[in-house]
Amino acid sequence: MSTLSRDEVARVAALARIDLTPAELDRLAGELDVIVESVARVSEVATPDVPATSHPLPLTNVFRADVPEAPLLAADALAGAPAARDGKFLVPQILEED
Amino acid sequence: MSTQTVDLVDYDEAVARFDPVLGIEVHVELGTRTKMFDAAPQTFGEEPNTAVTPVSLGLPGALPVVNGTAVEYAIRIGLALNCQIAERCRFARKNYFYPDVPKNFQTSQYDEPIAFDGWIDVELEDGSTFRVEIERAHMEEDAGKNTHVGGSTGRIHGAEYSLVDYNRAGIPLVEIVTRPITGAGARVPEVARAYVQTLRDIFRTLGVSEARMERGNVRADVNLSLRPTPESPLGTRTETKNVNSFRSVERAVRYEVSRQAAVLDAGGTIVQETRHWHEDTGSTTPGRVKSDAEDYRYFPEPDLVPIAPDRAWVEEIRAALPELPAARRRRLQGEWGYADAEMRDVVNAGAIELIEATIAAGASPAAARKWWMGELARTAKQQEVELAELPITPTQIGELQALVDAGRINDKLARQVLEGVLAGEGGPEQVVVARGLEVVSDDGPLLEAIDAALAGQPDIAAKIRSGNLGPVGAIIGAVMKATRGQADAGRVRELVLERVAQG
Repeated sequence: MSTLSRDEVARVAALARIDLTPAELDRLAGELDVIVESVARVSEVATPDVPATSHPLPLTNVFRADVPEAPLLAADALAGAPAARDGKFLVPQILEED
Repeated sequence: MSTQTVDLVDYDEAVARFDPVLGIEVHVELGTRTKMFDAAPQTFGEEPNTAVTPVSLGLPGALPVVNGTAVEYAIRIGLALNCQIAERCRFARKNYFYPDVPKNFQTSQYDEPIAFDGWIDVELEDGSTFRVEIERAHMEEDAGKNTHVGGSTGRIHGAEYSLVDYNRAGIPLVEIVTRPITGAGARVPEVARAYVQTLRDIFRTLGVSEARMERGNVRADVNLSLRPTPESPLGTRTETKNVNSFRSVERAVRYEVSRQAAVLDAGGTIVQETRHWHEDTGSTTPGRVKSDAEDYRYFPEPDLVPIAPDRAWVEEIRAALPELPAARRRRLQGEWGYADAEMRDVVNAGAIELIEATIAAGASPAAARKWWMGELARTAKQQEVELAELPITPTQIGELQALVDAGRINDKLARQVLEGVLAGEGGPEQVVVARGLEVVSDDGPLLEAIDAALAGQPDIAAKIRSGNLGPVGAIIGAVMKATRGQADAGRVRELVLERVAQG
């Protein structure tokens, strides 16, 4: 079965913005590999006529009526922000214009 | 922004040597009362962060619930674009880190869009149609709005920051993705523009969005690539983001054709990248290069159960779809008896609604078209405004035409009445009275004017008396002039002939 390389783990970590030390990378590459291989074993027993399951509950179409409810007060919305200005969340500079 | 100059190939030359391939992604904000996954009200122009809930802010533990009306609107759009509606579909998380997406993922659809495999015919300015194939239409949510403070002119290093307003975060969006659009050739900018305009009109007709471009309700990303010939494999494409007016769509496509042709001519290769459109300079500049950062690690959204639109519901929505703009144009053209070219001019002038309302106010289709496409179109052009912005209503045009039909004013006077109405002097009836523009129907003043005209041009009078009716127009002209156009020319002619016969 496939083995998860250290480089792949490093890439996934970078995408998830998780800063890993070389030692952590080595350890996690091994641990994740065990998990991936365990999961891969499922495909050995699953036949093509068994559809993949993304939602275990036998539920569909759970909808909400389009009726507004009171939003948060702006002060409450901003209460947890590390920084705010002019009623907006203040964040480090975004390099790309939008 | 890059300051280096960019080589461009003349557009006509570029499309003569390369075959452009277009792809467009259109995002439309649905006009529901609440957001896609929470009951925060949809607002525009409100104070920042006053239309947010824990879900809009992505606070830990907050759980989304799907807005059923948004799903219905998405199905309406799918059906109007001749798509299949999925028997079953689900949401997915599109993972990326950006401050306008506080959850660190956008809830979207990935491998299972709600609508797919559709098409729409767009009408071009010359009246021909061009079919655009739709790959998919999927549901997702809008992001918050960033304001960048500081920037390139900021003098103190590190003083730059961005401010985020999440009122827009979570507003329902439908994204419509075309298949590669081939075969447009030199008309590719026009096709791009017409496609986005067609979608905008459809959204409005369906009542799923106000679809106001200037508010960003409808936004287009334009993909473009060039290849040497239509038989060649597709070239590398660029994606120009957030082109938000019809004119910009056209210009952005044109620009990319010219720019890419220059790169290819110089032996270079096109970089697959996101580009930004600059309205002021009419150019695009590179943004992100598509790379690892574009790995969104989509996976099914575990907090939302799948959507399986009941077939009966889908058919109910289909049956309730309003008449779409193209069908309506065809029906009205038939009812009004306009020639193809006439109808095309009416459509291009944005005059359909105005003419329809004018006809409803009693005018004949021919008269309604004559006023809106003649005198009023000229005035609008002079004043550089849209027809609908002129200070005159279809009802007033109906009244004006009724005055003409009743013989109270003639065409020439009607133009003066129109002038008065446009100048804010009141409705047609008021202007007629105030300016004293009614046709002179009393023969007395006409006979006086005729006698004066005959006396003033004795040689012409003599010719007419001798049976040569050729110059009778000169007498009529003089009478019309003397009565400031208020005479009925037909009646004047009759009276002139009578007068001559008598004397």
